[in-house]
Amino acid sequence: MIYREAGQIKTTYRADMAIFPITQDRIGFMIIMAVAIVAIPTLASTYVLEAFMIPFLIWGLAAMSLNIMLGYAGQLSLGHGGFMAVGAYAAYNFATRIPDLNLIVCFLLAGLVTAAVGVFFGLPSLRIKGFYLAVATLAAQFIIEFVISSFPWFAGDNMMGAVDTPAIVLFGWQVDETVERYYFVLGFVVVLTLLCKNMVRSSIGRSWMAIRDMDVAAEVIGIRPLQTKLIAFGVSSFLAGIAGALYAFVYLKACDITSFDLFQSFNILFMVILGGLGSLMGSYLGAAFVMMLPIVLNLLTTTFLGGTGHSDFIANAEHMVYGGLIMFFLIVEPYGLARMWTTTKEKLRLWPFPH
Amino acid sequence: MDVVFFFEVLISGMLSGVMYSLVALGFVLIYKASGVFNFAQGAMVLLAALTFVRFLEMGLPIWLALSLTLLVMVVLAVLIEKLVLSHLVNQPLIILFMATIGLNFFLEGLAQGVWDSQVHGLDLGIEDVPLAAVEEVTGMFISVFDVVAAVIAGSLVLVLSIVFHKTKVGRALRAVSDDHQAAMSVGIPLDRLWAIVWAIAGVVALVAGALWGQRLGVQFSLSIIALKALPVLILGGFNSILGAIVAGLLIGSGEKLAEVFLGPYVGGGIEAFFPYVLAMLILFIRPEGLFGDKIIERV
Amino acid sequence: MSARKLGLALLAAGIMAGTLSGTALAADKSDPNKEQFVPVLVYRTGPFAAGGTGMPGGLLDYFALLNQRDGGINGIKLVWEECDTGYKTDRGVECYERLKAKGAKGAPFFLPMSTGVAYAVMERAHKDKIPNVQIGYGRTDSSDGRVFKYSFPMLTNYWSQSSAKLTYIAGRMGGHDKLKGAKIVNLHLKHPYGEETRPVWDKMAAKYGFQVTHIPVPWPGIDQKSLWLQIRKIKPDFVINRNWGVSCTVPLREAARIGFPRDRIIGVWWCGAEEDAIPAGKAAVGYITAEFVKIGQDVPVIQEIFEHVYGNMKGNLSAARVGSVFHNRGVVWGIVMTEAIRLAHTKFGVGPMSGEQMQWALENLKIDAARIDELGATGLVPEVSMSCFDHEGGGRVRFKQWDGKKWNMITDWVNSDESLVREMIEASAAKYAKEKGIAPRDCPPTGRFAKN
Repeated sequence: MIYREAGQIKTTYRADMAIFPITQDRIGFMIIMAVAIVAIPTLASTYVLEAFMIPFLIWGLAAMSLNIMLGYAGQLSLGHGGFMAVGAYAAYNFATRIPDLNLIVCFLLAGLVTAAVGVFFGLPSLRIKGFYLAVATLAAQFIIEFVISSFPWFAGDNMMGAVDTPAIVLFGWQVDETVERYYFVLGFVVVLTLLCKNMVRSSIGRSWMAIRDMDVAAEVIGIRPLQTKLIAFGVSSFLAGIAGALYAFVYLKACDITSFDLFQSFNILFMVILGGLGSLMGSYLGAAFVMMLPIVLNLLTTTFLGGTGHSDFIANAEHMVYGGLIMFFLIVEPYGLARMWTTTKEKLRLWPFPH
Repeated sequence: MDVVFFFEVLISGMLSGVMYSLVALGFVLIYKASGVFNFAQGAMVLLAALTFVRFLEMGLPIWLALSLTLLVMVVLAVLIEKLVLSHLVNQPLIILFMATIGLNFFLEGLAQGVWDSQVHGLDLGIEDVPLAAVEEVTGMFISVFDVVAAVIAGSLVLVLSIVFHKTKVGRALRAVSDDHQAAMSVGIPLDRLWAIVWAIAGVVALVAGALWGQRLGVQFSLSIIALKALPVLILGGFNSILGAIVAGLLIGSGEKLAEVFLGPYVGGGIEAFFPYVLAMLILFIRPEGLFGDKIIERV
Repeated sequence: MSARKLGLALLAAGIMAGTLSGTALAADKSDPNKEQFVPVLVYRTGPFAAGGTGMPGGLLDYFALLNQRDGGINGIKLVWEECDTGYKTDRGVECYERLKAKGAKGAPFFLPMSTGVAYAVMERAHKDKIPNVQIGYGRTDSSDGRVFKYSFPMLTNYWSQSSAKLTYIAGRMGGHDKLKGAKIVNLHLKHPYGEETRPVWDKMAAKYGFQVTHIPVPWPGIDQKSLWLQIRKIKPDFVINRNWGVSCTVPLREAARIGFPRDRIIGVWWCGAEEDAIPAGKAAVGYITAEFVKIGQDVPVIQEIFEHVYGNMKGNLSAARVGSVFHNRGVVWGIVMTEAIRLAHTKFGVGPMSGEQMQWALENLKIDAARIDELGATGLVPEVSMSCFDHEGGGRVRFKQWDGKKWNMITDWVNSDESLVREMIEASAAKYAKEKGIAPRDCPPTGRFAKN
């Protein structure tokens, strides 16, 4: 009744090509933005912002980067943790070696460096496909870890293993308080997400999907597979690089290669699959699930079961519940959280007269 | 270059590789049965070894501990099939893959929750000392334990190959991994088959867990050895038992030779990524792995 | 299908409600001005769970002892909240944010429990004025308290430990002059923690004329054959085992395979728990590691914990682990931190302490031999003398050897090469200060540095 596009007649090509062609979607988007920009910073405590919102946005961005590659272009990557590390260390080096450079420029340059690295490791994708492609990206993950930890130059020749990232200063504005850092991340996330939303609707997004669905067929209709795949690798690792730089600068405030290990790559993959392949919003839903659920479970158990003396078992039970929930969600909705949203939309369209 | 030393590196590398193959075998079995990469194999190794060692610590004789652990793994396989896999028949493979990830977390929690997360020593009675005869003749240090482990792995491969190539089960499995629904429609009992294969994978996990457990102690890190099995698995081809062992030999000797002879020039530690690079190079020539089923592309 | 959906909705609602009430419920009961809140990080699952349960277990056992025997510190009961990091840096940051503001005056100090977390909360803790206390691990160059006001790598940092190891090795070889031409292999995890001691070994090698070869162990280090084949070719006099978790155990096995004597492997103390030696079985006999506490139950305070805490079923671990390496380390952490709280009480009055007050106390903490005897911790705790100049406050190490069943202390406290280490620390800290634009505080060299 409320959610329906009937009567919304498009009279211009412009209207037809809008990101959110339906008024209700536009309103929904505005509401989300209002919540993100106004409601959350004013209502949420520092703890919620620091421990939930900032990492959630960063991981959402990372998940989106992999979703472009896996969900849209069909190329499996287990190296996104490594790509994030490239972004983090590249941003660190730009920021410390060229101190006068604007930090946003640093981050974009770091993204470009990561994109180059990503394209390089994407080269085998023409020949190696499916699960086997995992080997190329796993190689990327381990080679990146190896190179960064073998050459102290990347960490500013520091004698300590990890290095602190420089303070974030934008046009004299010291991004230091929790809320400021939240906005800093939010800015990147919103702009990049909108860009991606546009990109997946464009001809490049369509050729990605053609490649994903059947690359031989796509080649037959004139899509160049290598070029298309490499663009996917490039765009995806660009985003991953920026996510890595944000993670190091805003969340950890330190560059530490161990926080970008293989398990982070796996985590990003989990986010994408659970959120929904081929859905940008799904990336964020998946990030929320994978990042927040263990913390929420932990908060629940410490609140209700803390001090009962079985802490060891409870800690393990959290893992069991987490794993159990993953399986449960997959059985209920194999296509990810984003599909749940789509189903809800379908229902809303018919509501309140479903028959 | 010292020839004896070269061969010593080569041989100990191959023996290491066999230990990786042992873990990779578990993956292969499940891939054969469902066409899916079982992320939970590492957790199964952990669970099997931990169950085994805790039964031993309770004072049970080794044969009883072994049979009880086998029983646990079989029950587990049946439960996994009934509660999880049966609901996901004919779903895209990536979904099944994700389900095994959920299973991985669940089993990790289960293993450590039911038993504990401490480190347990495990002594199978196999000495881990150099073979005296070999040392005298050639000057090479080859451990008794490694040789025994290699023999066990070899016989396991032999037995499994026979099961999968000479019996009806093997043929049925090939059908299943091609297409779940089609296999069911021609009367292949998918549920039973999956339970059987997961049970066998559990047994392989126990063997791998016990051997690795003696070397490292039974602890959480056992689940990490699955990562060392990854390049072996990819190189051998996901669905080839023989491939797992050949790739294990290649990867093991390759990474040791690289680390010993190239490592010092680049700061060392190249073992971490070398297996993947090696696997990738070989995949350029054979994209489906050394012994994997040929990928046929149709439009 | 609709039933399932309903179930999901309920589940989601339950989780939401749980979180909300969880945050609301967390602060509760009794007079907050009679309690000292302490945040406690643990990791009960995963590859390092032995340390992640053992050390907090010992810490909390000591807190429980004080609460039970003395009614707290000057009548102020110790209360705590655990937070499980799973040894992940990001979860550590979450725990820091979760716990930093709890209690009457917020967290008095923060024990990050891992070097990664120590780095990640370094700046946060400085901003929130909460001492970031790393006992036996952490950021080495933050021993320079003039630059790092809120970081305390107490008792002994990694560089001091390495130099003490060299002192020990020199003793075994018959004096520092015998080191000339000796060969030492630094087998370390390829990981920031593992690589941290490379510079100090290089520096010492140059000073004493021995040859050091760094051999990195690629993570996860479960198979180190190729590395030990290299070691066999080098034929070193000593091998330093600087690993963590399972990669500590593997070298013992590998050494046994090639017949390298185990009493010439000197482990870092994080490779020196029962959990590292037991899995290696017979291969571990003779293995030596550094240590900053005394191991075993024959210490009065450990006996008291056994009696008061475990006797009343209030223990945090299985009784068999009392007196084990990780447990005793935790007890030492407890002693050091509660002594600091006691000191803070003398200046700021009895009551819950804030982070800023604890910063003063930690910086002025002195635990001398007499006080250690009084605490019933003779031999367990090294003497501590902290200052604004010196945030390490000790730098002494003991060595212990595995006999196949248990650890035996084989040396008394061995001094580190203070001047050499301090010089490097100051260089690194000065670099940090310059990068961060921190003006170092002006503190006079004290205690062991006073004469230099």
